[in-house]
Amino acid sequence: MNSEIFIWPFNLGLYFILIYSVVRSTIWFRSLSRADKLRLQRGFFGMPFMQSIREIFMESLLHRRIFKKNPVLGYMHMSLAFGWFLLIVFGTIEADFFGERHLNPPSHAIFFRWFNPEHGASGLAAIYGHWMDFLLVFILSGLLLAVVKRFIPGMMGMKKTTRHTWTDRIALTSLWLIFPSRLLAEGFTCGVHGSGGFLTGNLGAALTSFLPAADIAPYFWWLYSLSLGTFFFLLPVTRYFHIPVELILIFMRNSGITTADRWSAYSEVQTHACSSCGICISVCQMSRAAGINDMQSAYFIKGLRNERDIAAITANCLMCGRCDEVCPVGIELGPLRLIERRQGERPATRLKFIDRYGLTRRREQIEREPTQSYSYLVPEEEEQADVLFFAGCMTHLTPSVIVAMKKIMESAGVMYRFMDEEGGVCCGRPLMLAGRDREARELINHNSDIIWKSGAKTLVTSCPICYKVFRESYYLEAQVMHHSEFINLLIEEGSLRLGYLHRRVVYHDPCDLGRGSGIYDEPRAVISYVAELQPVPEARSMSLCCGGSLGNLTLSSEKRALIAADAAGTLTRSAPDALITACPQCKKTFAQATETRVSDIAELVAVALPKPVRRTRSRSSANTVRTVADG
Amino acid sequence: MSEQKANRFGFAVNRSRAINYDTSDRKVREYVTLREPSFRLCFACGGCTAACTAGQHAPFSLRKMNTYIRRGEIDTLREEVARCMLCGKCLLVCPRGVNTRNVVAMTAEGIRKLDRNEL
Repeated sequence: MNSEIFIWPFNLGLYFILIYSVVRSTIWFRSLSRADKLRLQRGFFGMPFMQSIREIFMESLLHRRIFKKNPVLGYMHMSLAFGWFLLIVFGTIEADFFGERHLNPPSHAIFFRWFNPEHGASGLAAIYGHWMDFLLVFILSGLLLAVVKRFIPGMMGMKKTTRHTWTDRIALTSLWLIFPSRLLAEGFTCGVHGSGGFLTGNLGAALTSFLPAADIAPYFWWLYSLSLGTFFFLLPVTRYFHIPVELILIFMRNSGITTADRWSAYSEVQTHACSSCGICISVCQMSRAAGINDMQSAYFIKGLRNERDIAAITANCLMCGRCDEVCPVGIELGPLRLIERRQGERPATRLKFIDRYGLTRRREQIEREPTQSYSYLVPEEEEQADVLFFAGCMTHLTPSVIVAMKKIMESAGVMYRFMDEEGGVCCGRPLMLAGRDREARELINHNSDIIWKSGAKTLVTSCPICYKVFRESYYLEAQVMHHSEFINLLIEEGSLRLGYLHRRVVYHDPCDLGRGSGIYDEPRAVISYVAELQPVPEARSMSLCCGGSLGNLTLSSEKRALIAADAAGTLTRSAPDALITACPQCKKTFAQATETRVSDIAELVAVALPKPVRRTRSRSSANTVRTVADG
Repeated sequence: MSEQKANRFGFAVNRSRAINYDTSDRKVREYVTLREPSFRLCFACGGCTAACTAGQHAPFSLRKMNTYIRRGEIDTLREEVARCMLCGKCLLVCPRGVNTRNVVAMTAEGIRKLDRNEL
């Protein structure tokens, strides 16, 4: 019976995908850098291996992260992945245990019912048959949800679902056909022989009552095998390649490999590990507030994978990092986009497979001529200072923040030097966000020079954009602090005496401070110290972008205004007295988008400072808590 | 720079500022306008120049750049555009909502393409 022809589409597909996966992962492994290879080797024989196994079980099979986002969506993914996995495992056991011999080829387990139609009439085998039917129901329930989701995405908390290429559609169709055709094939066969579990047995009996089941059954076995075969053959060119690649990604990530700042095999693995699930689309503010639905990370990764011209997609992103937070596969979407931006304009022709890792891409990177040059900057005369205050470009557009910071530092008796009082040089991050790292390096060197020469121990900045780049791309001895951290420090060490303002305020986490640098608690501590802090929806790691982001070069001001209005609306839903942020850019953007008063955290604290002591009054009355009308 | 003066018999003579619209190179202007349509909204108020970070260190003015782009003064533009730090202050002060950073980026890209005969 093993010579049945219908099993061959499945067999060929399976052997093809196995060989392809092995070859592809070998190529990826070979093109890793030496350090990454060592990491992977070390990881394979250590703890990372166990972690990976656990993660594969929790994420690739159970889809825990998607469950957290939406239980129905999680169930859909889990039933398909975990259900199929169980069906394969228990199918193999069934064939091994009840089949005519042990160690069967995979096809024997997959088409077990065809080879053993009479099986499962009574005893343990019958119970096992019910169990296999239950697994099939489990998968089919998920499949039903998947079909519904395609047409009504809102049901599973998804605003939008991903648009697919035609190969994806064929693969999707064949995937959808696999389980119903298995159900019908088993049903017909069971019907003819009067066997089967609660589902296939009863369905078979019902179908056989009015249909010539014995003649129809082979067609459905063919359909089952063909849809499996088609699915396997299309796997490498569709989004479903994420199924094998995600395992590789998990091993690599747990071994300590990161995206870093240049294109590598790891980046390639990440692009293939994307399942285009579309969760990034539904959290993207460009989509929900500005109606832009073609540039989200799912499309970016898809374009990268299929080597389309994605220059417009790459540039059109706020780089807020919300999609990074929710990606169930854990792809580093922001860093990948930055790598692509660094490539600059690329010829639209497809790169040959071999050139992608080889010299061509590296050479293009090196030969790219610089667009900017800052040779006009003169090195500054340097004064020594313990604390340097760098306001940053944006803060110079909100002078009230600078005034507030000066007041606070004077009140706390901090001896500081205002580094860019006369207008400094940009920190370099806007250039980096535009993919011009080399040009940014010139500015970084200029600023580093000043900071090094000053001998400062602490560098305080009022701008999260500067803060992030100071921490990540500067090599400094000074401790870099955002002013919210610094104020918190001053309060904690008791050098800042503050009153309490009877105001209800909400706090907005700026992207670069919160998600970008992990500073969530210090600003909240400061605000709670001087006012009543109210909770907001989508706080902390899911904080909304104000829309003013420098990460996006091409977004028009109208669309930015839409995003700002949407975000401000969400933040001020509880009608607070003030919307507090910690970023001059967010402050300016929000100020135009809402009626609520928008202030920086420094301004709030400056209002809570005790009034200067007047001679006519006693010292105690000057320090009494009072609510001041305005900042 | 356009303010360069030629020395003729001991007299400083300004270089001709006349623009021949038949011969001036409009390719970069077209490139920028096509890719950043908000460029046309600019009414040359100079807010960007007043706020500019780079402008405090070097002669750089987005308002002037606007004129150079329109006139097709590519050589002046090539020097000028390279000084921008893309910090984005101009974006926040612009009363017309011009996407200034992209104007700079597209100008630089346009000139680069022009130099490579790709425009």
